[in-house]
Amino acid sequence: MSDAELLALSAAGALAAIAAGELAGGEVFDAYLKRARGDHEAGVDGLNCFTWVARGPADDGSSERGDSPALAGLPLAVKDLFCTEGVPSQSGSRILEGYLPPYTATAVSRLTAAGAGLLAKTNQDEFAMGSSNENSAFGPVLNPWDRERVPGGSSGGSAAAVAAGLAPWALGTDTGGSIRQPAALCGIVGMKPTYGLVSRYGMIAFASSLDQAGPLTRDVTDAALLLSHMVGQDPCDATSLASPEPIRTPFGESLAGVRLGVPDELTGEGIEAGVMESFNGALDSARELGAEVERVKLPHAPHALSAYYVLAPAECSSNLARYDGVRYGLRAEAADDLLQMYTRTRHDGFGAEVRRRIMLGTYALSSGYYDAYYGRAQRVRTKIAEDFRHVFGGVDFVVTPTSPTVAFKLGERTADPLSMYYSDYCTVPMSLAGIPALSMPCGLSEGLPVGFQISGPAFSENRLLDAARALERALAFDGGAARV
Amino acid sequence: MAEPRVSDALESAPVRAAVAAAELEPVIGLEIHVQLRTATKMFCGCELSFGDEPNTHTCAVCLGLPGSLPVVNERAVHFGLMIGIALGSHLAERSIFHRKNYFYPDLPKGYQISQYDEPLCRGGGLGGVRIHRVHLEEDAAKLTHIGHSGRIHGSDASVVDFNRGGTPLVEIVTEPDLRSPEQAGEWLRLLRATLRRLGVSDVNMEEGSLRCDANISLRRAGTDELGTKTELKNMNSFRFLERGIRAEIARQEQVLRSGGAVAAETLHFDPVSGAITSLRSKEEAHDYRYFPEPDLLPVAIDEQMISAAREDMPELPAERAERLAREGNLHADTAQLLAFRSELGDYYEAALQSGADPVPPPQMLANWVTGDLVSRLGDGEDPASSRVEAAALARLVGLVSAKQVNVGAARHVLDRLVAEGGSDPSAMIAEEGLAALGAEDDLAAIVAAALEANADAAERVRDGNAKAIGPIVGHVMRETKGRADGQEVTRLVHQQLGI
Repeated sequence: MSDAELLALSAAGALAAIAAGELAGGEVFDAYLKRARGDHEAGVDGLNCFTWVARGPADDGSSERGDSPALAGLPLAVKDLFCTEGVPSQSGSRILEGYLPPYTATAVSRLTAAGAGLLAKTNQDEFAMGSSNENSAFGPVLNPWDRERVPGGSSGGSAAAVAAGLAPWALGTDTGGSIRQPAALCGIVGMKPTYGLVSRYGMIAFASSLDQAGPLTRDVTDAALLLSHMVGQDPCDATSLASPEPIRTPFGESLAGVRLGVPDELTGEGIEAGVMESFNGALDSARELGAEVERVKLPHAPHALSAYYVLAPAECSSNLARYDGVRYGLRAEAADDLLQMYTRTRHDGFGAEVRRRIMLGTYALSSGYYDAYYGRAQRVRTKIAEDFRHVFGGVDFVVTPTSPTVAFKLGERTADPLSMYYSDYCTVPMSLAGIPALSMPCGLSEGLPVGFQISGPAFSENRLLDAARALERALAFDGGAARV
Repeated sequence: MAEPRVSDALESAPVRAAVAAAELEPVIGLEIHVQLRTATKMFCGCELSFGDEPNTHTCAVCLGLPGSLPVVNERAVHFGLMIGIALGSHLAERSIFHRKNYFYPDLPKGYQISQYDEPLCRGGGLGGVRIHRVHLEEDAAKLTHIGHSGRIHGSDASVVDFNRGGTPLVEIVTEPDLRSPEQAGEWLRLLRATLRRLGVSDVNMEEGSLRCDANISLRRAGTDELGTKTELKNMNSFRFLERGIRAEIARQEQVLRSGGAVAAETLHFDPVSGAITSLRSKEEAHDYRYFPEPDLLPVAIDEQMISAAREDMPELPAERAERLAREGNLHADTAQLLAFRSELGDYYEAALQSGADPVPPPQMLANWVTGDLVSRLGDGEDPASSRVEAAALARLVGLVSAKQVNVGAARHVLDRLVAEGGSDPSAMIAEEGLAALGAEDDLAAIVAAALEANADAAERVRDGNAKAIGPIVGHVMRETKGRADGQEVTRLVHQQLGI
């Protein structure tokens, strides 16, 4: 099989070819390895998707390629913040530069046990804080659709690598949209599962009550396949939950009888016209497949971003306290005393956005402010979850554009944090509610991909994937143009 | 943990003057940290250890490595519930872990997982002192500062041993119901005995498995106002606890008597110099930014967990002291000693029930256990692990009580039992000819011989010098190899001297 033919296959397609004896798993790994290494070694001439690329399959004990036939040695790109034993895991931060964990994250070890081979670690916003991948200590990632534009974030490296065909699929994490938004901006599928469905053990934490691992793939079938090997309760993560049923291969063809709710609050002002047009086109396709589309209300959704920017910074201010220079990672030299060692290490090691959020969170948790900020934000979060429960009493899924805009230019929003935060306007409510949500490409606007978000009640992954698969067939989006 | 309730009234100038002249009364509350004796740490699978090679009992979780997550040790919750039951506390149906955030090198995550407004247990009491709350948390690692000062300031380097980090701790906070250093020490002994009896901790103050801070204030005697309190730390023995509290009471009294005001601060007690120094003032107090630990679910305490804890409850020291006193007609302090040092109580009860013949009287047996036996064993050694079988001691005491061997000879036999073991003190008595003199021995003749050999002493005794009898009795004891009964010898001396 030629490299071009191989590259045209989805992961599930490659597995089918391997099963049919037309292809060996090792060939797939080697072909992608060559491509990933090429981009990595191209430096500024590449997309800068990776922070580490394997030298070969199982080149150093920890970049394993499992023997299990399930994933047959297919290569997997993994967001930098997943701990991988003996392989740099830096969460895009200077403070963890060169950090080699002594253990591997559960989500990754489940996939390697199922036969996946670790291909590369992907670039990301520092500690997953960002929506453009410009907050990385390893430099920005470029969008393969237009190299002057951002790929979205924080899982920007994973999204760009899959879109550019540098990896067949990738792992990302989503706290307020960090899988879905870059998937949308790069024209691929990205899914945030129900909170707790995938173990967080070994994921370098940003905001514990929101962080969730998920797949970034070329299509919905691959998303289901990758997710099916990630889920399951983990004794090392007290917040993980047993999946009520295995994740199946989606078989949806029709949306007959499926009710889609379009929330007024997330489809009004502030959504780019081109994005709205593409989104409405997808709704038409859904109707043609038999779906009923109706307007619904999520009255508290407009407050989601405000609540999120209290809760996530509050948790991150605590989660990032461990980077103090005492045990691992960066330690500022020549400090006169303990306090100076702490402040210099954290000043030098963290980027501006991380420092901003740590300060925000520290303030929000301070004595005398807790109720006004953290307490109130938690109450808003409860209200948002109630809104969704109420809506799901009447519709099967809530659908919105994933991102209010298509990919924006590098540097365009770096000086204005609020406009950057607004990128997650449509994705944050689902994160606060802990419900599953998937972004899939639904067309182009000005030559750039638009994402369609579909979210369902907790643990509705199989139904949600079926519906997405049906719509995907009808939309027939072709992302081949982005492959390098 | 508990917020100070400071009476504003105490701060005003006229009241200060009144306070300066008034009779002052100490108000003391204790905050006790107890390391639990679980097999593993509070939130990871690392084994608990004491004195092992540094940093050999660590993992990603207790080192706070990136990506690691805590998992609650169910055994620690079980022990926490047992403590709550022993203290008569209300057990929460739902209890929440919070993060207590502050930076220090012994705290690898930058926060301690502790409990805040929903602790495991609330209320209750022990020995007349009310309990405010009981909660679970994790211990910090151990810091050693290298350099002359021994404190972090001015040290050349500081090294951290994470073996201790993550050890399960229970924090017990009392209400301010104690009124003197002695009472505080006495109450802490009762608590220690209770915890030891529960088997949930080694409760060793020197090794740090039992640690106590005291909140201390003074007020006008007879009122129920509360003055500004200080928190006194680092009292790692009962002696230091009492000394430290006494020193702080004296310091506060001096401040108030001279018309000053006590400042709310955390104080450090140096047991060597007796000096009290300020660690931090109220203004410098940390803002711990408590918030619910998002990595853990709330702990739901169900009926099953409570009944499992109840099933594991032993008889507690206060109940046992009362029962031992009643059953054996023991003095209250003897019963309390046996109950507070449960290993002595266990040994005493085993001896009592060993079926020894002659039967030892309980009080006499208890005296031998807590006195003669304990003094012959190493400091704090459990008599059950000594060579002296409880049945052998019971028989020996029975023989003493039946006057078949005198006390001195019995003590000699006990020396041998401690050294050699053995179950039959009678055999040792027979072997060494130590049996008390029977009717067939003519003690009167031996006494007569002794008087003749010590004529001077006999003369002085006759003249009224009672102490002069010593050499005469000594003579008889030498002749009888100590088997004679001292009282009987004295009686015969007096009889033969006609006094």
